[in-house]
Amino acid sequence: MIPQEIHDALVSHFGNAILDAKLEGVFDPFIKVAPDRIKDVAQFLRDNEATAFNVLMCLSGVDHTGGKLGVVYHLHSMRRNHKIVLKVDLTVEQPHCHSVESVWKTANWHEREAYDMYGIIFDGHPDLRRILMPYDWEGHPLRKDFQVPEYYNGMKVPY
Amino acid sequence: MGLLDQKFENSNVIITSMDNLLNWARLSSLWGMQFGLACCAIEMMATGASHYDFDRFGVFFRGTPRQSDVMIVAGTVTLKMASRIKTLYDQMSEPRYVISMGSCSNCGGPYWEHGYHVLKGVDRIIPVDVYVPGCPPRPEALMEGLMKLQEKIRSESLAKKKTA
Repeated sequence: MIPQEIHDALVSHFGNAILDAKLEGVFDPFIKVAPDRIKDVAQFLRDNEATAFNVLMCLSGVDHTGGKLGVVYHLHSMRRNHKIVLKVDLTVEQPHCHSVESVWKTANWHEREAYDMYGIIFDGHPDLRRILMPYDWEGHPLRKDFQVPEYYNGMKVPY
Repeated sequence: MGLLDQKFENSNVIITSMDNLLNWARLSSLWGMQFGLACCAIEMMATGASHYDFDRFGVFFRGTPRQSDVMIVAGTVTLKMASRIKTLYDQMSEPRYVISMGSCSNCGGPYWEHGYHVLKGVDRIIPVDVYVPGCPPRPEALMEGLMKLQEKIRSESLAKKKTA
């Protein structure tokens, strides 16, 4: 299926949960989804025979400056040999997004990394805790306004 | 190293001082605790392999700190790992030595400027005896570092108080 057909199938099923799309002129056509409906959209994309997205290639967090965060999902279908990108927009005050861990198990660690690095909280994730930074680290390092701490557990951090 | 075993000329009795004997024994069989953290670990493995051999120096990699004399910190030390390194260093029994291998454990290496989770030099938490520069240091460089440590041990004395 070409991205336009995937977009049409999603809009006919989910209506106003599909916010925006940019399907022409970009290397990776993307579809913007509302954060609380992303799990239903993901379940549909995986179970529907025509789309059959059985592989979540990558899930990453983004920090667009100005207090805006986001999550980007790269999906791939082995049976139909097509791929699509889903994007979700969040803010720093409201960083909650529904987890897709029940749809693709690989999202377990990817969402933990997005939580660790950006502070995006995934509702419904069974084990949301830090994965790269130590358990008592404060702050989310890949945010644009992250300040390197002076001391961590008695060790001086800057050079 | 060749000092004591050349003295067996006529009989099988040699007379030496306790310092010389202890130092010679210690430096000829430095059992190292392998602590390969990152890319320098590969060079340490290469030094231990057959071409540049560590075993001919008596260096023998042990997995546990309780049975090792020297800890070769090879690779980037993150803050998460630093607490574990301190625990392991405390578990080594004296006399213990530390060789810091590579620029990451010397001073933070290429991550000195922007690394928010890198400990800028392992000497911020444990005392280091020999620094081997390089990114990564060649096996010959690591071997020279080991030989420098052996010279340092050769000049030790029982009468002098060991610092930490």
